[in-house]
Amino acid sequence: MCSLEKRGNLFILILTGQNGEHRLNPNLFSSIISALSRAKAESTRGSALVTVSHGKFFCNGFDLDWVNAAGSDEETQQRFNLLLDNLKQLVLAFISLPMPTIAAVNGHAAAGGVVLALCHDYVLMRRHRSVLYMIDLDLGIKIPEPFMALFRAKISGSARRDLLLRGLKIKGEEALKMGIVEAVYDGEEEVTNAGIKMADDLAKRNWHGEVYAEIRKGLYSELCDILGIASIPIATPRL
Amino acid sequence: MCTLEKRGNVFILTFTGEDQHRFNPNLIGSLLSLLSQVKAEATGGSALITQAQGKFFSNGFDLDWAQAAGSEQGAAERLHHMVALFKPVTAALLSLPMPTVAAITGHAAAAGFLLALSHDYLIMRKDRGVLYMSEVDIALTIPDYFNALFREKIGDASVRRDLLLRGLKMKGDEAEKRGVVEAAYGGEAEVREASVRLAENLGKRKWNGEVYAEIRKGLYPQLSAILGLTHKAYTIARL
Repeated sequence: MCSLEKRGNLFILILTGQNGEHRLNPNLFSSIISALSRAKAESTRGSALVTVSHGKFFCNGFDLDWVNAAGSDEETQQRFNLLLDNLKQLVLAFISLPMPTIAAVNGHAAAGGVVLALCHDYVLMRRHRSVLYMIDLDLGIKIPEPFMALFRAKISGSARRDLLLRGLKIKGEEALKMGIVEAVYDGEEEVTNAGIKMADDLAKRNWHGEVYAEIRKGLYSELCDILGIASIPIATPRL
Repeated sequence: MCTLEKRGNVFILTFTGEDQHRFNPNLIGSLLSLLSQVKAEATGGSALITQAQGKFFSNGFDLDWAQAAGSEQGAAERLHHMVALFKPVTAALLSLPMPTVAAITGHAAAAGFLLALSHDYLIMRKDRGVLYMSEVDIALTIPDYFNALFREKIGDASVRRDLLLRGLKMKGDEAEKRGVVEAAYGGEAEVREASVRLAENLGKRKWNGEVYAEIRKGLYPQLSAILGLTHKAYTIARL
């Protein structure tokens, strides 16, 4: 599951649970989306959010065991579609969050887990023992449009092709070179602390959360169009 | 104030004086007028350099003038007015029938950065001056045509995010490394010399201005559409 901790101006979203792979199923989705709602409700100027995890995995994607435990082919497809809808809601929640967001990727992230990481404004990663892997191609699963739009929004050039079309397991240094992550660190503790520090630094800019979210939506306007959200022009200038 | 001179084939637009060269309706009007003049006097082999005196290239819209409206509502209206007035300046530069160079010898912020970025080539100082989208720090959202310009001119998603969402003050070295400017030089004189050299070299190619402008618009189709510029798909020049 996940928990939300408040430390001063910082919201720390922690992926927890005995399921060490932090796989996305309706419970975890619901838990994360609730946490984001809470962060949004309690946000002030100068808030920031950092998502951390522990163990071998950041998030290993959809809970396919749960999907496949369905009684029929039809129900299996329904369960999978439900997870896709949930992931879309997650992207929506992050894109509209009125504060800067950072993902501290401590371990492996695959498929939906990569999407989760990329939902954040900044991604920090562990140098070793951590790969980003869009496993979808290798599993023969198509990537629906809202998530393609997220990749187009956040990743440029040949890096995008390499991430999606090449089945690569991208390690920290490579992800850094490809411009997918901001920085890499040597251990779980280091990347987690770096995430918290970065959140703190960004929080100190004391940004107006609603304006920040609108600027983010303008930056990712194609994604917002596809998700069906409009951006609102606000001028509450601190002139 | 801004002035226009011609040196050989090169038009030189200069923001004169040691002030911040902030855009208010008067300055915007002068700028538009001068750009019309440049367009009217264009011949094969023309080029434009836009430059400024003093510590600033331009520090953006005249927020003091906006605030002089006397109320928050009034200030917001004046700001929106300047945003609307500035759109034709961007359109004029995007359709100017000659290569354009911005010689950035001082700070370029917000609409000032936008003006620079509306040129085909940006040359900047390494030792002084920053490129800065101040909007996030002063709680202003970013107009649609600003977003479109950044989206189409700056290919790297991380760079766009750092400039727009992080309010990064980008110095010459970084701007050159990350592809925001063509080149960065050690001092004011070198920037001016390099800009003249570049403009003259581009002019020597004796490009058909109309064709040049059409190709440029084709490079930035979304921006062109937002600016209301039509794009002639097919022009035969000299075959």
